Amino acid sequence: MTPRPGPVDLPAARRRLWQESAGIAVSATGFGFVYGLAARGAGFSPIEAMAMSVIVFAGAAQFAAVGYVASGLAWPGVILLTALLNARHLLYSAALAPWLRDRPVGQRAVMAHVLTDEAFALSIAHFKRLGRADDRGYWIGAVVVTFIPWNLATLAGVALGGQIEDPSRYGLDVVFPAAMAGLCVGLISGRRELVAAAVGGTVGVLVSLALGTGVGIIAGGVLGPLAGLLVPAAAAHEEAPLGTAASAERYAETGAPHETFDRDDSNRADDG
Amino acid sequence: MASELVLLALLMGAVTYPSRALPLLAPGIERLPGWALDYLQLVGPAVLAALAAVNVMVVTVDGGQAFHVGVEWLAVIGAIVLMAWRRNLFLGLAFGVVLVAVARAFGLA
Repeated sequence: MTPRPGPVDLPAARRRLWQESAGIAVSATGFGFVYGLAARGAGFSPIEAMAMSVIVFAGAAQFAAVGYVASGLAWPGVILLTALLNARHLLYSAALAPWLRDRPVGQRAVMAHVLTDEAFALSIAHFKRLGRADDRGYWIGAVVVTFIPWNLATLAGVALGGQIEDPSRYGLDVVFPAAMAGLCVGLISGRRELVAAAVGGTVGVLVSLALGTGVGIIAGGVLGPLAGLLVPAAAAHEEAPLGTAASAERYAETGAPHETFDRDDSNRADDG
Repeated sequence: MASELVLLALLMGAVTYPSRALPLLAPGIERLPGWALDYLQLVGPAVLAALAAVNVMVVTVDGGQAFHVGVEWLAVIGAIVLMAWRRNLFLGLAFGVVLVAVARAFGLA
């Protein structure tokens, strides 16, 4: 294992990281605030909303949990869907593992808790530019620009949400479905995802009308991916599979140079 | 102040942490069959689409579910279009909120 010099030196790589982080921080702040509003609207107390943001710390799953709880879905269903929805982190963690394998196990355990879509996107791009892992760079992406803004914004949103008597009067009840739809679009990178989303939404509505919304959401979430898998790989036109640097680039600031990597590319990064 | 959902948060965290930590702590354990990885990649779009669709298309009336058509559809469709076009979630959310607020202010929804 021969260390390879990265194409960019540390100060330059960190400057680029901060530039990309600014956009992520703004996004985390705004989105965390909206989550706080939605959670409050669904009847979460500030402690409950904050517990989700600190302990779960996964935006899509937290938003989904707001919907599950509001629709009366039983806890086992909430937990099952959360596990499925957050299983994508397995891909992020696997992609980062070769870079961080020399770190103490305790440090890696803490790094894992703050591993999100955004942290992965920022850190994998940073490591690749640098040609090695950078602990401080990881903490910047995972904690400074994501965890802290997300939690502070959640607190602000849930506190302000409690002051609004009728959120629907201001259209705030549409924030949740619009956010879910927008996040869904962000995850579509090929025809399989498109089919999974279309079938998931259709099945969700039809089963909800027949058996209730809790069952409908689970049915859509479980059957949609099966329909997506029916799309032949050759016809999938997959552009940015999760866990690859190509998917990370989708989070990068507008105008950043676009790079594409194979999924296995990260496994060659054995110089971390 | 209610706190029973804190337990739910702990349980959600308990099923989330392994997927974040196992490959970092035990490299190689993530080597699931290809079909399983493909399936997991598709769960996100399917669940989020189901949540969005059910939220705007299904309402509870007298204890049962009914199909709903309303201005909320336009709000969500607008959010989808803006997200796909501009890659800007907040633009989509702002459009949806303003559209619904104005429609309701004028008694159109």
